[in-house]
Amino acid sequence: MKTVKAIHQPGEWYKSRFDAFERSLNGDSKTALHELRREAIGRFQETGFPTNRNEEWKFTNVSPIAQIGFEPVLRYAGEGVTLEQLAPLALPGAHRLVFVNGFFSKPLSSTSALPEGIQCGSLASAVRSSHEGVGKYLGKLVKFDETPFVLLNTAFLLDGAFLFIPDNIVLEEPIQFLFLATGDAPALITPRNLVVIGNRSQATIVESYGFTQSRQYLTNVVTEMYLGEGAVVEHDKLQHESTSAYHVAMMQVNLSGHSTLTSNSIALGGSIARNNITTILDGEGIECTLNGLSLGTGSQLIDNHTTIDHAKPHCESHQLYKAILDGSSRGVFNGKIFVRQDAQKTDAKQTNKTLLLSDDATMDTKPQLEIFADDVKCTHGATIGQLDAEQIFYLRSRGIDESKARDILTFAFASDVVRRVHHEALRDRLEILVHERLSGGRAIGD
Amino acid sequence: MLEIRDLHARIGTTEILNGITLSVNAGEVHAIMGPNGSGKSTLAQVLAGRDTYEVTNGSVLYNGKDLLDMDPEERAREGLFLAFQYPVEIPGVSNTYFLKSALNAIRKHRGLDDLDAVEFLQLVKEKMRLVQLDETLLSRPVNEGFSGGEKKRNEIFHMAVLEPKLAILDETDSGLDIDALRIVADGVNKLRRKDNAVIVVTHYQRLLNYIVPDFVHVMVDGHIAKSGGKELALTLEERGYDWLKEDVEPMSVHA
Repeated sequence: MKTVKAIHQPGEWYKSRFDAFERSLNGDSKTALHELRREAIGRFQETGFPTNRNEEWKFTNVSPIAQIGFEPVLRYAGEGVTLEQLAPLALPGAHRLVFVNGFFSKPLSSTSALPEGIQCGSLASAVRSSHEGVGKYLGKLVKFDETPFVLLNTAFLLDGAFLFIPDNIVLEEPIQFLFLATGDAPALITPRNLVVIGNRSQATIVESYGFTQSRQYLTNVVTEMYLGEGAVVEHDKLQHESTSAYHVAMMQVNLSGHSTLTSNSIALGGSIARNNITTILDGEGIECTLNGLSLGTGSQLIDNHTTIDHAKPHCESHQLYKAILDGSSRGVFNGKIFVRQDAQKTDAKQTNKTLLLSDDATMDTKPQLEIFADDVKCTHGATIGQLDAEQIFYLRSRGIDESKARDILTFAFASDVVRRVHHEALRDRLEILVHERLSGGRAIGD
Repeated sequence: MLEIRDLHARIGTTEILNGITLSVNAGEVHAIMGPNGSGKSTLAQVLAGRDTYEVTNGSVLYNGKDLLDMDPEERAREGLFLAFQYPVEIPGVSNTYFLKSALNAIRKHRGLDDLDAVEFLQLVKEKMRLVQLDETLLSRPVNEGFSGGEKKRNEIFHMAVLEPKLAILDETDSGLDIDALRIVADGVNKLRRKDNAVIVVTHYQRLLNYIVPDFVHVMVDGHIAKSGGKELALTLEERGYDWLKEDVEPMSVHA
């Protein structure tokens, strides 16, 4: 493993990396995209990484990230990666886009069976071909300076997944964006994903993160998604990074009228993992469901921040975020709900439940409801607790030993989220992963 | 089969059992009756191994072994079964999965192989008929959303599948209407054998019309105040429990 370089001024460190990158661009440095990158690095130089003084980062200290001189990955280097290495992550029956350290790999991907009209591939090539979706949405959905991590992602915006589905297409098979981290350098991996789903079109998108060897790297991903009128999308994210690595993600989804978004986010990996999801409900009759499951062990910190912005009337949002924390792991949930003055008849429900499996695990949970309309229904609830002694005794009194009783109950707590994933093969895989994690390798199914 | 000697137990600093002595032999049905708060359910829970209660004195021998030394799961594997007064809801765990895990743990203890899926399903269907339980309750999470009667019948269904040597029914009759009561009692009666025993904990006599006990014991203030045959239950139905309470002058109450 290469030695990790300690740095004191991340702003200067990444600016120097950016300057080297810019010199390598030659003629390409005059594009609008590069202007955006330049602006982003300039702002990042000013802000640096957030500190605990920032309310949004109060419970999540990212100074371990700030102290490492990660090397931005600037080109594809996936020649050594084999399909066998992908097998544990690849979803059977799915169209697959594979990214190695954030860069698209054509040989490892398979999208040939997609219906005509769908654009599915690398963002870099969509940028090169000036695809209409790029001009219209790239960098337009996520607020440029939402967080310093968005700035850093934008500064090194080079590649990622691009999916464009025109109107009236129902895609049966899921599309998987598979991100693999590899190599032994402390890499800064900055995928940028753009998803545009046309009016009345339907799709399932699976975003998976995995790694080939345990090491320190930073995945700093930004995903922008636009749903047209009446579009129906399920987005399933499986974050299974190395527990030595860092994962910071920002996803923003802008929803048009009568569209439906279901997001299931499963977080297993990362020394520090921060997942931001922001949804803007910008039309009537929208249904937005955000579910999450975090499984923390060792000294992991898993942080989920959600924002649901009810901008228009007659929309529904449901959130169920669960965490199971073992060892000295920590969890954070921050759920913001805005109900704008115009958004009458909003129905918003937020639930956060945490199971603490050890005395040293901790959870910080914070609902944040800002309601400006008067005819709305908004509920929120949070519970933090341990396994129920009555339930354990009930199982034991029927002959099941204590450790298995605990496994069964813990898995049941998790399966409440996992069973919401519609795609069977993915659900099965998630169940196995959750089983493995919760039982520390013991099979508890039989 | 079961020898309880001078059993004392408490929760926190409150003494609940104050010296219970009771013998149960194979083939017998014992009823334990008594007013609310007399310690009936505590006795049932202590026998099943609930650790919220601290045993402070006495002994319990079960088939010659020290019952109090065993974990709850060991007791179950040795053939002890408690039908809960308040069956616990377990969201996310199907009734079938729970029962299969329990049965296979017990079979393993007895040196038997796991039942395969077909054998298990056959057994389960047969036993469900015994308590007239709807098959849809198999795939649902344990007790979640079950009616009061379904929960109690589900307990007897579990008992039927696990085939205990000593079954303790803790107020299985409470919350049951007369039809459900008869179904539950029929189920229990069909499971009676020469080599097993049943302890029926109940507040009322009516269940004992259907499950006829060989012995009736009355608990008052944490000990057995009176024992007798099945006719004792009828006396209690008539006279209530007050005449058995030590701290009440018997004659002044009924004078």
